[in-house]
Amino acid sequence: MITFKGVHKWFKSLHVLNDINLHVSPGEVLVVCGPSGSGKSTLIRTINQLEPINQGTLIVDGMDLSDKKTDINKLRAEVGFVFQQFNLYPHLSVIGNITLAPIKIRNIPKKEAEEQAMELLTRVGLAEKRDAYPLQLSGGQQQRVAIARGLAMKPRIMLFDEPTSALDPEMIGEVLEVMKDLARSGMTMVVVTHEMGFAREVAHRVVFMDYGVILEEAPPEDFFLRPQHERAQQFLRQLLTPMQAG
Amino acid sequence: MLNYTFDWSIITSGQYFDWLVSGLITTLKLSAISIVMAFILGLVIAVMRMSHNKPVRWFAHIYLEFFRNTPLLVQIFFWYFGSYKILPTVINDWLNKTGFEFAAAAIALTIYTSAFIAEDIRSGVLSIPKEQMEAARSAGFSYLRSMQYIILPQAVRITIPPLVNQFLNLAKNSSLAMTIGVMEMTYQARQVESYTFKGFEAFTAATVVYLVLSIVITAMVNLYNEKVLNIHKAA
Repeated sequence: MITFKGVHKWFKSLHVLNDINLHVSPGEVLVVCGPSGSGKSTLIRTINQLEPINQGTLIVDGMDLSDKKTDINKLRAEVGFVFQQFNLYPHLSVIGNITLAPIKIRNIPKKEAEEQAMELLTRVGLAEKRDAYPLQLSGGQQQRVAIARGLAMKPRIMLFDEPTSALDPEMIGEVLEVMKDLARSGMTMVVVTHEMGFAREVAHRVVFMDYGVILEEAPPEDFFLRPQHERAQQFLRQLLTPMQAG
Repeated sequence: MLNYTFDWSIITSGQYFDWLVSGLITTLKLSAISIVMAFILGLVIAVMRMSHNKPVRWFAHIYLEFFRNTPLLVQIFFWYFGSYKILPTVINDWLNKTGFEFAAAAIALTIYTSAFIAEDIRSGVLSIPKEQMEAARSAGFSYLRSMQYIILPQAVRITIPPLVNQFLNLAKNSSLAMTIGVMEMTYQARQVESYTFKGFEAFTAATVVYLVLSIVITAMVNLYNEKVLNIHKAA
């Protein structure tokens, strides 16, 4: 579904992705973690070319991103992206946010798009908020709308870039529930997150990155119980006991 | 002692009143058409100015500098006296039939004001967080579609106060159209003055008309703004 082969990326002289080789199978849930500045956000953003790669091969859903002829808009319509800061469209209502792309890109009739949107809103538990505006919602609600917006395009892959990092602690759970639900439904997902509970419960594999390099790649139980790399051990220690880390 | 007898009746009834009313209608038409066209053209130029395509961006840049930095009166004369010489005869004949003065004035006002509107919209667009463009692009919208559906609707809302200014300027600047013979408000007031020597009354009428026009434009945009603001307030 997603294949990285020898992928490199630089921001000026900074080597943010260094020889990335990674494969994600259909239906797989991959969690990417690592300290800030490790390149994990850049990695996930290359998958729908929010960040273009400089070297190597990246194939997503059969489309070669290193090929200039690839229709990038077509690819992006097949890949849902959920941002840390939600990035809902503030001038549109909740239902407007969800139906905009299906109506304008997929040419689905408005009524049908709204019916589908209502199904998704029900699924994320926000059916009663259909006419609210994004900034009237809590962070957790906004993020659930953002997930529904991504799903409205019936994507083949969903990408999540730290979806709970901007949320108050009491709202993280509601977003994770929606994501776990999605994972169990068989969606192919790549999730950048520090929510280790989520990783344990639904991830098939965990990738640990630092300095733009994939240092460790393992099933969650191995990664959490027997991290091989010293940086990964350190990272997990800090994550589990944040008070002692500082 | 004042050596002048006021006669307000000339501007409230009769032939001169009719002249003033026809002037008012022409001013309204000229302003309305030019405001709509200038807004649309301003949007297009603003998007071109931010294009990733270098020639397109430079064209818009030159357009902006050119039309913002030359006097409107010169531009009106250019379109009226200048373009006449270079346009094909067919178009000239057609324009003569439909009123070339009006068309030249509308074109000049539209282009001149569009340059200012484009700059206002551009600063509005630049104030929209770049994440909005990212969200739109990652949903599969092209750059232009992202602008159309996501960025510009937000940018125009926050650009409303400066846009009102441009609309007001345009309505007031439309009085310059009299210099090429468009029979708008100022032209007719001048006409009434030359026939009656009642300059005070005639130009008082013109002044009141422009004042009311400005107030109406401001009120209309504010009404729209309030609806928008409500969303933002609730938001």
